[in-house]
Amino acid sequence: MSSHVEYVLRFGDSALVLAQQLSGLVAHSPIMEEDVAIANVSLDLFGQARLWLGYAGELEGAGRDEDRLAFHRDASEFRNVLLVERPNGDFASTTVRGYFYDLWSYLALGNLTQSLDRRIAAIAEKSRKETAYHLRRSEDWLVRLGDGTEESHARAQRAASELWPYTGELFMGDDVDVEMARQGIGFDPERVREPWLERARLALATATLDVPGDSWMQHGGKQGVHTEALGYLLAEMQVLPRSIPEAVW
Amino acid sequence: MKNQWPQWEVFVRSEAGLAHKHVGSLHAADARMALEHARDLYTRRNEGVSIWVVKSENVHATDPQESDEFFGPSEDKTYRFPTSYHVPEGVKHL
Repeated sequence: MSSHVEYVLRFGDSALVLAQQLSGLVAHSPIMEEDVAIANVSLDLFGQARLWLGYAGELEGAGRDEDRLAFHRDASEFRNVLLVERPNGDFASTTVRGYFYDLWSYLALGNLTQSLDRRIAAIAEKSRKETAYHLRRSEDWLVRLGDGTEESHARAQRAASELWPYTGELFMGDDVDVEMARQGIGFDPERVREPWLERARLALATATLDVPGDSWMQHGGKQGVHTEALGYLLAEMQVLPRSIPEAVW
Repeated sequence: MKNQWPQWEVFVRSEAGLAHKHVGSLHAADARMALEHARDLYTRRNEGVSIWVVKSENVHATDPQESDEFFGPSEDKTYRFPTSYHVPEGVKHL
């Protein structure tokens, strides 16, 4: 598979996996307003995933459309970052995972709007507007939970500490990143590390949360090495089209 | 219900130049959250360009039992309606 296809799949798969995670929360929120809000974010991310996967299929030129890519690939063929396959957990975990992702996604999409690949630039432009709002919401909630009650603070701190080791992968480049940056199609992921850390530190401080210390950073998702959580998620997401391939919407 | 967030009334301006119109209500912890919830609940299908939220407790309403004295007196004052003006022929844009 070409670096170009790999690269587009990475953004699409991350959006798709997080969208699927959030869709599992529909009708499970403590209040209706948040339920609709979470569903909105999920649908935005599904929309972004469709654009990325549709384009990846075109680039690949092997006749796979967005549905084929979403429903007929196994975990090892997915290129999402590990962060998004962490389980929903409690509301604090969902919020912190969303915040770490939204902040990275917002910065990454900002870089991609400068891509020489006009399709990528256009998808990034559209997605960035949506993500700006997702980020506003998740950052608000991070502060509300962290600077909230004793219990919400403890839960938010635990979520931040548990998810922190999954943030390093967001900034780790590999051959695909190098190649795409060289061609002006992509960017060096290292470039978003400092802006991400700066804003995340500020948000955590505002939320009266400790910034987790340096630790071993998990990685491998972008290359298809996933945690077992992704297998369960895909099983649920893919069961229908895999059992009844001729099913249509 | 205990521990319920306060209720807010939501007003949405559908396009520039039009007045904000009441569209419904929601619960939120503060004004910022109320605006976000309003955005997510009431402008999902491109319904608005501006949102106002007002705590429901700050809205004061007329009492239905006082409707007669409030609204009855204007019913027979036909001279307040512009119905007896004649529009001259040939006037456009009216």
